Amino acid sequence: MFHREAGVFKTTYAADMALYPLPIAKWAVAAFAGLFIVIVPLTVDEYYVSILNLILIAVVGALGLNILTGYTGQISIGHGAFMSVGAYTAANLVVRLGAPFWITIPAGGLMAALIGAVVGVPSLRIKGIYLAIATLAAQLIIEWTINHVPAISGGVQASIQVPRPSLFGFQLKTQTELYLFLMFFAVLAIVATANLVRSRIGRAFVAVRDQDIAAEIIGINIFRYKLVAFALSSFYAGVTGVLYTYYLGIANYEQFQLPVSIDYLAMIIIGGLGSILGSIFGAVFVTLLPIATRWFLESFGALVFQQSDLANMIPNLRLILFGGLIIFFLVVEPEGLNRLWRNIRNYFRVWPFSY
Amino acid sequence: MSRVATTILAAATAVIGLAGGAAADDKAVVVGGQCDRTGPTQIVGVVICPAIQDYIDLINSKGGVEGYKITYNELDNEYKVPQAVEEYERQKQMGAVSMLIYGTPQTQALNQKLTEDKIPGTSPGFGISASSDGKRYPYLFPIAATYWSQGAAAVQFIKDKLGGSLKGKKIAYVYYDNPAGHEPLPILDDLQKLEGFELRSFAVPPPGVEMGAQVIDIAQRYRPDFVIDHLFGRSPSVAIKEYKRAGYPLSKVIGLVWASAENDIKAAGGWEAAEGYHTLQFAGAGDDYPVRQEIKAMYKAQGKEPPATMDDTVIYNRGLLDAALHVEAIRNAIKANGGKKPTGEEVKNGFEQIHDFTLSGLVPPLKITPEDHEGGGWVQIFQAHDGKFVKETEWFRAYPEVVAAAVKKAE
Repeated sequence: MFHREAGVFKTTYAADMALYPLPIAKWAVAAFAGLFIVIVPLTVDEYYVSILNLILIAVVGALGLNILTGYTGQISIGHGAFMSVGAYTAANLVVRLGAPFWITIPAGGLMAALIGAVVGVPSLRIKGIYLAIATLAAQLIIEWTINHVPAISGGVQASIQVPRPSLFGFQLKTQTELYLFLMFFAVLAIVATANLVRSRIGRAFVAVRDQDIAAEIIGINIFRYKLVAFALSSFYAGVTGVLYTYYLGIANYEQFQLPVSIDYLAMIIIGGLGSILGSIFGAVFVTLLPIATRWFLESFGALVFQQSDLANMIPNLRLILFGGLIIFFLVVEPEGLNRLWRNIRNYFRVWPFSY
Repeated sequence: MSRVATTILAAATAVIGLAGGAAADDKAVVVGGQCDRTGPTQIVGVVICPAIQDYIDLINSKGGVEGYKITYNELDNEYKVPQAVEEYERQKQMGAVSMLIYGTPQTQALNQKLTEDKIPGTSPGFGISASSDGKRYPYLFPIAATYWSQGAAAVQFIKDKLGGSLKGKKIAYVYYDNPAGHEPLPILDDLQKLEGFELRSFAVPPPGVEMGAQVIDIAQRYRPDFVIDHLFGRSPSVAIKEYKRAGYPLSKVIGLVWASAENDIKAAGGWEAAEGYHTLQFAGAGDDYPVRQEIKAMYKAQGKEPPATMDDTVIYNRGLLDAALHVEAIRNAIKANGGKKPTGEEVKNGFEQIHDFTLSGLVPPLKITPEDHEGGGWVQIFQAHDGKFVKETEWFRAYPEVVAAAVKKAE
């Protein structure tokens, strides 16, 4: 991430596929891991840890959507619904069978993957914006089903309370404990995605995205890989839903409605389609931006306006600023924050010689 | 150039001031409030949020509570759950001893955290009906009639209107198709068996601005003796318009609490269009309460006109109720601990001592106890008549045993 190489000396496919192109990359990753896994939990205040927790959950969801939309090129606006599938699967398992998290998380993911694969079937016939509408239908159908089937939703309130996860009889309660819990799954998701995209499956996804007819001609089973992409992406979404459920202590479908799907789509578009770092950037950006703009307005608004007017202005200005900044970043770099980051890197790679 | 430098310096000072200002003031009690002036419920928020602020300002202008000023922090969650969680943590960091929650999914998401952190939260008129059980939800206070109590009260009102018996009568229940909309259904089912009326429910899919079909169905096919409207946001006004168009008399329609504001009447075409519409309230509607005059006097004393939001008396008064009960709970807590700065746990006990606090009729005769966090489930019915809401009943509660049984069953 933070390394500079002197040139491209790769002579084998294995070298090209390596996770760490240079030894220093390993050290950079280790330093980051140390910072976020050891130093942050020990030093950072609970409130800021709670923001990090929301980011970690969003990272898992954004990675999942990026596999489908960024790598395979299939637009989905049903991501929120797949999260609710995971959430309710886990909640029912916990409440009815008392299952621990290491069963409910994969189970929630698998159930979402199953539903996701079914929803992905139309992707063989329809593409692009038409597929988006088909997934929108899935979002609405899943929402309706959860809302109206008490066996899934646990009653008219459509919400199921779930105790916090426990490990060896120790219940994770504070934000810092939950941070480590969520961090484990976020790291797992990042490592899994990094390995997925450099594998045969990942290359098939990219081939399908870039030119599906060509991919079919060179022997890629498009139907199979599209469904795999849907299933994998929904698996991530399901896990995200379970993590939300454990983090909040409740499964509630109102947390996974259409705007959430749009938010996740915004994350990967702003962050960068088809990149892991982009998913992380996007999750950080969309989660932090409302908080940062509010903080900015609270700090500087008081200089110009009275406190009582400010209370009315901040929420509205925040929305305007949020939208404006999204447009700004997309105009500056349509390929997302990841591209922006790479441009900066490439600039400094040859610095001070600009060409 | 020097002006720019001064501005930057001032800004930097403000930032540092903000960072340092988080340190708690010894003579101030922090109350956190989530309130949405944006997002899907802003039609309520733009009135209720300033109301809460006004009440706190009024208390502070009179010297605060038992010598303590109240620092009220308001944050907008846009009706999004992750944002609500972040804001909760922020207000916890500020040292908030009580919180005004906003929205049903948000209440559910924060419930567990409130208990863990020992901070009482209020959810008047929304949230979890079963949370009136203080033993099971120790830190959650509905403080106003829950959806269950509202449903029961509506049936009681209809029974009185139809001459004391519901045997063989038909009641239509029109509801917004989300969990909050479904919530009164179990109670209505129980009452249907008890009272022998026929109930048919009509779902209105979100966002609820299209309900011509349901209303035609009600007015021309089902022809019920009474209609209960349980709608939110823009949909109550659409419903009123549609009843008018279909020729169903509005004097046979009662709206539950979120279908009951002046704004809904205005959006439906004004008071003439809505003449006869019944509304159910958990805080008194109208201008005839001393506390409202005090707030107007406070504005006049500052040389300002009272804001136009005060004209939406229904929602505004609910904000006053929510804020006033927090202030009373803090007052009780400070009295009980001998004048020290209260903790969240002490404020929770303060809530549980609230009784006979009526704010001259704006607040119902609540009696909040460690077992009953709803305070009885009191409501009052008003009717749209001659350009304002006219009181039809005194504070009453209906079928408490049926509601209590449902609360017990929810365990």
